[in-house]
Amino acid sequence: MTSPSFTKAAGLHLLVIMSLFVLQFVLPAYHHLAIARIMVLAVFAMGYNLLFGYAGLLSLGHALFFAAGLYGAGLTAYHLGWSVPAAFVAGTGSGFLASLLVGLISLRTSGVAFMIVTMMFAQVAYLASLYFTTYTRGDEGLVMPDAARRFELFGASFDLTDPTVRYNIALALLTLTTVVIFAIVRGTTGRTLIAIRENEPRTLMLGYDTFRIKLKALVISGTLSAMAGSAYALLFAYVGSSFASIQYSIDALLFTLLGGAGTVLGPLLGTVAMFYMIDIASEYTAAYLLVTGLALIALVLFFPKGIVGTIRERWVSWLP
Amino acid sequence: MSNSIIKPQKGISRRSVLQAMGATAGAGLALQAMPGFVRYSQAGTSEPVKIGLQLHRTGIGASYGRWYERVTAAAVKVINDGGGINGRPVEVIIEDDGTDPKRGAEVVEKFATQHKVDVAYGTLFSHVVIGSAPRAGELKMPYVVVSEGHHVASGKLNRYVFQPGITDVRSQVIAMAPWISKNLGKKVTMIFPDFAFGHDHRDYFSEAIKAQGGEVAGLIAIPPTESSFTRYLPQISSSTEVLYHVMVGPAVLTFVKELGQFFGSTRPQIFGFIDSLEAVDLATPQLEFLEGTYFWEGNPRYAQKDQTEYDKFYREMVGVDANGASASDPKDISTYSHMFGCWESLFAIKQAMEASGYEGQTPKDKQGFIEAMEAIQKFDEGREHPQGDKIFNGKNHQCYGHQNISKVTGGRLELVHRTAIEDGLYEVSADYTKMSL
Repeated sequence: MTSPSFTKAAGLHLLVIMSLFVLQFVLPAYHHLAIARIMVLAVFAMGYNLLFGYAGLLSLGHALFFAAGLYGAGLTAYHLGWSVPAAFVAGTGSGFLASLLVGLISLRTSGVAFMIVTMMFAQVAYLASLYFTTYTRGDEGLVMPDAARRFELFGASFDLTDPTVRYNIALALLTLTTVVIFAIVRGTTGRTLIAIRENEPRTLMLGYDTFRIKLKALVISGTLSAMAGSAYALLFAYVGSSFASIQYSIDALLFTLLGGAGTVLGPLLGTVAMFYMIDIASEYTAAYLLVTGLALIALVLFFPKGIVGTIRERWVSWLP
Repeated sequence: MSNSIIKPQKGISRRSVLQAMGATAGAGLALQAMPGFVRYSQAGTSEPVKIGLQLHRTGIGASYGRWYERVTAAAVKVINDGGGINGRPVEVIIEDDGTDPKRGAEVVEKFATQHKVDVAYGTLFSHVVIGSAPRAGELKMPYVVVSEGHHVASGKLNRYVFQPGITDVRSQVIAMAPWISKNLGKKVTMIFPDFAFGHDHRDYFSEAIKAQGGEVAGLIAIPPTESSFTRYLPQISSSTEVLYHVMVGPAVLTFVKELGQFFGSTRPQIFGFIDSLEAVDLATPQLEFLEGTYFWEGNPRYAQKDQTEYDKFYREMVGVDANGASASDPKDISTYSHMFGCWESLFAIKQAMEASGYEGQTPKDKQGFIEAMEAIQKFDEGREHPQGDKIFNGKNHQCYGHQNISKVTGGRLELVHRTAIEDGLYEVSADYTKMSL
């Protein structure tokens, strides 16, 4: 674990986190707010990438896990008056349970069937969020109550309406996610996931319980995605069905593809790139999604491994 | 252009604003005709008043967004031709929210911190309003919505959010019940989409029709993914006297066609909300079955025989013909029942800014603006409020006005009843004024 490549990789990731910390002191106000939101969404994309990029399992239902976190945190805070930390744990725990249940069923399939099964599960969750309007207000959604905009932890008070607090909570979650993913992909589990991605029958033949390993990856991936959903609800004070829609499953996939599937930092870079591509393109044209689409087509044609993936392939082979 | 500096997209550029300011001598005529207007010749600053239009330019709200943008441009031209607000020109900065709550919140952040607008305004879809409102409140950004949702009136948002230009759905629905029970029938079956918008209609109308001595003969909830309605129609009880429908979205044409096939020439009375058919030409062949049925309209799409001079002026300024279509393209049908809210909201903003002597973006100015809005008690019918007079409740930040019931006659909507403001009143429990600024 202390090879030169490990040291360089760990140093680079630490540098990225430190840079994000320092950035908050120099960023203009709008970008300060935007980066906080981007970091939360990047946690979602990084969670997704563990399953898609490393295990090779293309899920089209990760919005279910994001929404499990969103509603797990949002509904307990809104209806039960739970404190922010308790709601956050409830949301993340909801994602853990949802991913365990979905994993046990959906991992009995593979390939296209896995895509469809995960998408169907997510669609059920989306429609359920619409159907139980009494509790969720469905498509309209809910605004978090004032009591859920601040909390106390270890004697310190935190005001979630404060942009600095929001930024640093988002950064803390991103740091935690980066450490978890980095540790997994540099360790035995990561190697085994890559082996499964490259040749599952052979990995099975070598004596690995591939179902159990894939389930582990899906549960970690789903729990991280739910953590992002919980954070989104509590930091930005809104819970609604649109976050459970297939668009958000696809967003996680696009962020990952753009940044580089199977790289730790790729989803973060992809989320930043996608946000600013839309933000800037919408200044010039109503067809900004067309611009985004063309950029993605160009990427797939000329840089199929994404931004970080291409950098690793051509110049920096030690990138995890 | 540097990548780190994103220039605002201006629907109405400052240049055009200033050109309008120095325009023809007739420019002031429109404004002089407006009651209560005071020309401010000495403004504290010549900087424009910046209004951020949160526009549904793309996404499911795009057909509304197109017209919201046009109405905004027309209203701002009238305001600027008349001397602006407190002697300052009005500049509108447009950001597309994609009719998406996540992007909506981002747009509000952009208005507050990058464009530094005075007021954000113009949001229609409820989920975008509710997704954006918390950020508006936290950023202390006045947020004037044109949504007709009950969310503002319910008190679940915050002190910075107002809806002065269009009535809320609860008020609209309960205002319909007396006329329906008196003229169409007392046994009502409701068909509604099985999500929040439909549930609001179900709950508020059921309560209102029962209060009129009527009864709900059936509630038919249509799942949001449904594209065919034939299997639901047999659930309509034979005792039904009135069928109340609020179907929205692209499936509405199929809904009407299948309704026609199911009932044939024998049908109950039918009443619907025009939301389903905003921006849709009533002459569309699939809609023939609607002949003789009734609709709620926020503002009559077709110029009526007794059209007011204010409606005439408003149509002319916005570029809408007597049939509710674009004056330059008869196939481009307007969202006439909602878009007047943009016009009226802008004049409400102007009224509050003038009442508070709004000069800049200091906390004092913003507080003055919010309190001036809350102090408004009524809007008189006129060029600024062509849809009709309204009362405004400063506690729940919601206006209450007249509703219209029209009958489809010869492919046109003919007004048959206009409700009193009192018909749409309900007990208000919300009080935003108790919230700190």
